Amino acid sequence: MAQVHLERITKKFRRHTALSELTLDIQDSEFFVLLGPTGAGKTTTLRLIAGLDSPDTGSISIGGKDVGNWSAAERDVALVFQYYSLYPHYTVRENLEFPLKSKHRRFTSEEIAARIAKAAKTLRIEHLLERKTDRLSGGEMQRVSIGRAIVREPRVFLMDEPLSNLDAKLRELLRAELKDLQMKLGATFLYVTHDQVEAMSMGDKIGVLNQGRIVQVGTPNQIYNQPHDTFVATFVGSPAMNLLSAAAAAGRLVVVPGKLEIPLEGDAAVRWPSTTDRVTVGVRSEDVLLGQGGLEGQVYAVENHGVEKVVTLKVDDHALKATVPARMVVEVNSTVSFTFNQRKLQFFDAKTGVNLFSAREEAIHG
Amino acid sequence: MSAIVLKDVEKYFGENYIIRKLNLEIRDREFVVLLGPSGCGKTTTLRAIAGLEDIDSGQILIDGKPVHDLQAADRDIAFVFQLFALYPHLTVYENIAFPLRATRESVSVIDERVRDAAKALRIESLLNKRPSALSGGDMQRVAIGRALVRRPKAMLMDEPIGALDAKLREEMRAELKHIHLQNEATTVYVTHDQVEAMSMADRIAIMNEGVLQQVGTPTDVYQHPANLFVAQFIGSPIMNVVEGAVRPGDGHTEVVLGENDASLRFPAELFHKVVEQRHAENELSIGVRPEGVLVARQPTDGYIPVEAHIIEPLGPYDIVDLRVGKQLLRARTASGYVEKAGDAVWARLDEKQTHFFSTRTGESMGIRL
Repeated sequence: MAQVHLERITKKFRRHTALSELTLDIQDSEFFVLLGPTGAGKTTTLRLIAGLDSPDTGSISIGGKDVGNWSAAERDVALVFQYYSLYPHYTVRENLEFPLKSKHRRFTSEEIAARIAKAAKTLRIEHLLERKTDRLSGGEMQRVSIGRAIVREPRVFLMDEPLSNLDAKLRELLRAELKDLQMKLGATFLYVTHDQVEAMSMGDKIGVLNQGRIVQVGTPNQIYNQPHDTFVATFVGSPAMNLLSAAAAAGRLVVVPGKLEIPLEGDAAVRWPSTTDRVTVGVRSEDVLLGQGGLEGQVYAVENHGVEKVVTLKVDDHALKATVPARMVVEVNSTVSFTFNQRKLQFFDAKTGVNLFSAREEAIHG
Repeated sequence: MSAIVLKDVEKYFGENYIIRKLNLEIRDREFVVLLGPSGCGKTTTLRAIAGLEDIDSGQILIDGKPVHDLQAADRDIAFVFQLFALYPHLTVYENIAFPLRATRESVSVIDERVRDAAKALRIESLLNKRPSALSGGDMQRVAIGRALVRRPKAMLMDEPIGALDAKLREEMRAELKHIHLQNEATTVYVTHDQVEAMSMADRIAIMNEGVLQQVGTPTDVYQHPANLFVAQFIGSPIMNVVEGAVRPGDGHTEVVLGENDASLRFPAELFHKVVEQRHAENELSIGVRPEGVLVARQPTDGYIPVEAHIIEPLGPYDIVDLRVGKQLLRARTASGYVEKAGDAVWARLDEKQTHFFSTRTGESMGIRL
C-alpha cells in the first residue's frame, strides 16, 4: 500500500488540454474519489498514474518514489474498468490466476491457490470459481474483475467507474461492498466517477474535477456544506443546490424586490465584503423551510420521493426546490409561506462563482 | 383526452410471455407510469397501446372503443421516444408545426398552437433555431412540443428523459409534471427509474417478467408494497429485508431476526394477526426501510445494542449500516449522528413502518400496526 502524489500535471491531446496543473495528494489507505462530469479529465488522470500514458509536464510519485520512468507493470497498480474485461471462455478461477502467471511474477502454484482462495472469500465468489465467466450476472462479473485486481495485492487500486454499467439496486449494494472491501484491505483506492452519490457515500476524500482542473478537495461533509464554487455546489447533492441571483443593499440581499429579500445575519453580515454588490445566494432544498416565515411562493410541482417530497416553488420567475417530510400536504398552484435556514446559506461571487467565505487555499488544502 | 383500458392483454414470443393477463385502467387525464426493470414488458405494453405492436389476446379500449383494428396513425395518440427524433434541417418552429401541416391545419391555427406549446415548454426563444444548436433538454422539450400540438387523446412516453444527464433529468421531472397538470392529456409514461415514477405519477403500475405486480399511488406503493419485488424495487436505499419469525411474548410479540440474531418487542396484536392468517410463524420476511430503523446513541428502552459499520454521508442525511448479529440493517440518520464505523449504538424497528411478507410466496401479509 502506498500514497500517491501528483505534482502540477499537465496533459494535452493536440490542442485540447485534458489536465491543467493538476496537484493531488492521496494518502496511504485512503479511499479517494475523483468526481467530475464527462470530459473533466478523470480517466486521463487514472491512465497517467497507471503508466498507460505520460504527462507533458509535472511528476507522479507512488510510495514516495518518482515513477516517471517506470513501466506500467513496475508501478504495481491495478486498474478496474467500467467494462469488465474478463476472458469469456475461461472459468472465474482461470481469470483470477491470469495476472499471477505473468512473466514478471514468480509465484508457486500454492501461493496462487492461496491468493485466489483469499480473494474469492473476501468477494464472496467462492461458489463461482469453476464457472465460465460468460455465465455470470453483471454484478458477479464486476466482482470477478475486482478479484483480479485483489489477487495481485497491488500498492494502489485505480477504479474507473466500475459500477456505472450495473442497475441501480446492484450499484447501491456494491457501493457498500467496495467501501467495506477497501476498509478490510486497508488499501489505497483512487476511484473515478461522475456520480456524486457514489462519491459522497464511499469517499474518505473527494476531489472535484472540472475541465482538467481540481476545483476542491475535501471530505464529503466539506464538499457538501462548504462548496468552493457554484460548480461544486450544483454538482454535488440532489436536488441540486438552489442558486439565486441577488443584489446586496443595506444589509439585505434582494432577489425579487419586495417579494424575495434575505436579511444578512450573523457571520455573513459581519464578514460581508463591502465591495460586493451582486451575489449568487446558494441554498440547499432541505434548508428551504416550508410553512413558516414571511416569504411567499407559488407551488409549481410536487414530487413524491417516498420518505420525503420535493416541492418546486416559484417566486415570479425564480424557481426554488424545497424538501419536506412525506406527510406534509402541499397543493400544486397554492401559495405557501417559506423561509431559509439562515445559518446554511452560501454566498458566491456573481461573476466568478467562487464562494465569498471560502478562500481558495482553504478549500483545496482543507 | 380519454381513458385507456387494457383487458386481459397477452403477448408471447414462442412459449415465453412478454405480457401476461394484463388488466389496467388508465383514467381520463391521469398520469400513469409503467415501471419495471428491463425486459419486464413495459415498453411492449406502451407500444401495444400505440398500435405499434400487435397483441395475441385481450383487448385495448380507448374511450370505450376497441382499437384493435385501428392503425397507429388513426388512434390519435402521440408518442415521445427516448431519442428525440427531430428533423435536423427544420427549425424548432417547423419541427413542432410538422404534424399539423401533415393534417392540413390552417396557417393561423398552426401558428397559435405552436406558440402555445412553445410557451408551455419555455422554448419560445428557440423557435428559429435548428435542432443542432439545442441542448439535450431543449431537444426533448421540442419533441414533447411536437406531441402536444396535435392535442392527442393520449400521450405515450418511452423513457423520454432517460438519455439526459442527472441534473437535467431532475429539472425535466418537475417540468413534465407541470406540463401534464396544465394540458391534462392522459399520459402513459414508461421508465425503469423509480425516482421518476414516484416523482411524476398519479398512479404507478409496477411490472416484472410480464406480470403486473401492483397499481397504486406513489404513497401506496411506497408505504404498502404488495410483495417483496415492489418493496425492493421502490425506494432508495433499498428496503431492508430479513428472514425471521414471530413468537408470543408476555404482553407483546417477539420479532426474531435471522436465526436469533436479535429479538425485538412488537405489539401483542402482531402475533394474533399472523396466526389468524394461518401463516407459519417462522417463515416471515421482515421488511423495513432505512427511515424505519430508529437509532439511539444511548441505551434506550426497547432498543437493542448493535454495531455501526459503514457510514454513507449523503449530505442532508447519513445511511448507516448496522450489524445485528449476522444481519445487516441500513438506517437513515441525521447527518453525523453516528460518528464512525465500529461505534456501539442502539436500534429498534418502527412498528408502523415494518412490513411482513410470506417468505414462501413473497406476498405481503397486509399487516398494518
